[in-house]
Amino acid sequence: MTAASLTGADAKPEVSLKRRLKQAERARQLKAFALVGPLLLFLLFTFAGPIAGMLWRAVDDREVRQVLPQTVAALADWNGKDLPDEKAYAALASDIMAARAAGTIAIAAKRLNYALNGFRTILTGTARNLKAMPEPGTARETLGKINPAWRERTTWTTIRDASGPVTGFYLLAALDLTRNVDGAVVSASPDQAIYRDVFARTFLISLSVTALCLILGFPVAYLLATLPPGRSNLLMIFVLLPFWTSLLVRTCAWIVLLQSNGIVNDSLHWLGIIEQPLRLIYNRFGVCVAMTHVLLPFMILPLYSSMKAISPAYMRAAASLGAPPVTAFLRIYLPQTLPGIGAGSLLVFILALGYYITPALVGGAADQMISYFIALYTTETANWGLASALGAVLLLATLLLALVYGKLVQGQQVTGGMKN
Amino acid sequence: MLKRKTGRIALGFAAAFSASAALANVAQARDLTVVSWGGAYQDAQKKVYFEPFKKAAGVAMNDESWDGGVGVLRAKVQGGAATWDVVQVESDELAVGCEEGLYEKLDYSRIGGEAVYIPPSVNPCGVGAILYDFVLGYDKDKLKQAPGGWADFFDTKKIPGKRALRQGPKTTLEIALMADGVAPKDVYKVLATDEGVERAFKKLDTIKGDIVWWKAGAQPPQLLASGEVVMTSVYNGRIDTANKNDKKNFGMVWDGALFTLDSWVILKGSPNKDAAYKFLDFAGKAENQSKLSENIAYGTSNKDAAGKLPPAVLKDLPTAPDNIKNAVEINVAFWLENIDRLTERFNKWAAK
Repeated sequence: MTAASLTGADAKPEVSLKRRLKQAERARQLKAFALVGPLLLFLLFTFAGPIAGMLWRAVDDREVRQVLPQTVAALADWNGKDLPDEKAYAALASDIMAARAAGTIAIAAKRLNYALNGFRTILTGTARNLKAMPEPGTARETLGKINPAWRERTTWTTIRDASGPVTGFYLLAALDLTRNVDGAVVSASPDQAIYRDVFARTFLISLSVTALCLILGFPVAYLLATLPPGRSNLLMIFVLLPFWTSLLVRTCAWIVLLQSNGIVNDSLHWLGIIEQPLRLIYNRFGVCVAMTHVLLPFMILPLYSSMKAISPAYMRAAASLGAPPVTAFLRIYLPQTLPGIGAGSLLVFILALGYYITPALVGGAADQMISYFIALYTTETANWGLASALGAVLLLATLLLALVYGKLVQGQQVTGGMKN
Repeated sequence: MLKRKTGRIALGFAAAFSASAALANVAQARDLTVVSWGGAYQDAQKKVYFEPFKKAAGVAMNDESWDGGVGVLRAKVQGGAATWDVVQVESDELAVGCEEGLYEKLDYSRIGGEAVYIPPSVNPCGVGAILYDFVLGYDKDKLKQAPGGWADFFDTKKIPGKRALRQGPKTTLEIALMADGVAPKDVYKVLATDEGVERAFKKLDTIKGDIVWWKAGAQPPQLLASGEVVMTSVYNGRIDTANKNDKKNFGMVWDGALFTLDSWVILKGSPNKDAAYKFLDFAGKAENQSKLSENIAYGTSNKDAAGKLPPAVLKDLPTAPDNIKNAVEINVAFWLENIDRLTERFNKWAAK
């Protein structure tokens, strides 16, 4: 076949060959997709969907718009400098009358109360005392009489800022920020600015727990990897047994051990080491101890699997070339365990970030991590906007770490030591 | 090949859909489900309400327990898969859920009429189930001299040792103000001002290092029993149960107690509304309620229930005249408005 015959007369079959190739390729892709399709759908419905829904709640802001539609419309062209005009007051009065009849006033009141504490009373009180629609032209006067708050600019900017349909209010609040009357982003009042501290505390506790796990877990993993199989299997059972025990059981066991009249304090007292019981629980110490115990296997298993792959010949070679043990360890052994250290540390750190039940039970009021607040706003006060915003910030931080984790592991199979 | 695969996927979908449809049918045809707070309390309810009701009304029912939180109910109702019918809720859950339209509006004519219940327990969305207190609890074996009230609770010189309070601002700030000499009836008046909040936190500062914070109602008796704390705020029924069932020797101080009501609600869209009303009617009858008080020391909502009780039982109830004399009702409206702000404030204070 010459080059010339490739063009001209034979061109057609050649195109169809290309097409056939493409078709075959597409069929293969489809087949591959069909194989993973069920899993994808499952993940979409059970995982991505709900998460997206929760993230959406962090910016969703439709309550006020639904309950006070005319007011929101009337405030759309308000300059925000001085009080709104009579039209807005009349719109508000009419909205309140309608919402009272529909029984929806509290929904808007709840949302506005997040932004301005006391708004619940302003709105529900006004709804109670507004007997009838004010005469045309007297709405401003009437509402101002019922509650002087309607003569304040902040009352109206609060409504305007909560007009939705989306808002940055919750996300800002999760970072201790808020918008002032003029719409500029400013720091929240010192009494309410707690979330940066809580995030910092969460990261600090997670970091301490990770460091403790590494210090305690490294020698154990080394033993596991170097002992003869019979004994290392026994040791492995000791590592895995707590791993298979309920988290709650282990946390409560620490309470029994560490409380004032607990086993640890009583033993120390009996030995004459202490006069007064030490405070070992309901504080940061207790949280770190219990969390380290719970998370230790997650550190040991990746470390073990990376150490298992290191041939003892390397260390022998280093020794024969005259390296003292410490140098051999630092220059030869440790670098080879780095993937295990990275994987274990990130795994422990990410798991620790989201810890809830352990700090809740063995921590004091100053040791509650971010998950405690997410749970509080989700179930207790039903402030789902703020709960979602806090969750979004935590998710973002965790995703970043997961990316780093992925980079460090670099496709290494972390089989958790269960490889035969 | 591909066809067969898509066919199989379609089959899988069909199977999944028919399975979920079957599940939905099951959900529609499920028995009446009543949800309460678990523990010793639900055991007592089982004995005097659930089991006798099943026999008397011939209605099949299950009971489950939960840990509260209006968010849980919101998720159930809004998710459209409410697997519960009748739930016992705390007063703030009643108020918020009622505002959000999570509960059916009650038709009192089907449960004996409003007149048979004590006024605070009548609400358009729910009917009172029990009245209970947060009291000062202590261990009589460890404290020879009973504490006089919240002022002693804050006096570490007079009574050394640690104390436990419920984590969060609710009940904590009220207790701090009463300890600082605010009369029970003025607590919320003072707390509504910024100075009042300051004053409460200042008082808490005086024993900050000696407070253990509890989160679940089962913790305070455990903290007392283990000697971790000498005094604690605690639900009055838990003290009673610990004394009866675990042979403890705990005491409580009724003076300055904080009382509140739990109510029964019917979740919006419940498929078992008729059975739910039958149950509420049964649980609202004086003779049944008095049996509950005999089993666990909580007051109940029917006006005539207390009259059917022997004096020995009555004197340990939150509703006994002597016990309620100096008690404060937890102010739901105040907490609805201020819970988020004061929770943040509380945590700021705790972290200092």
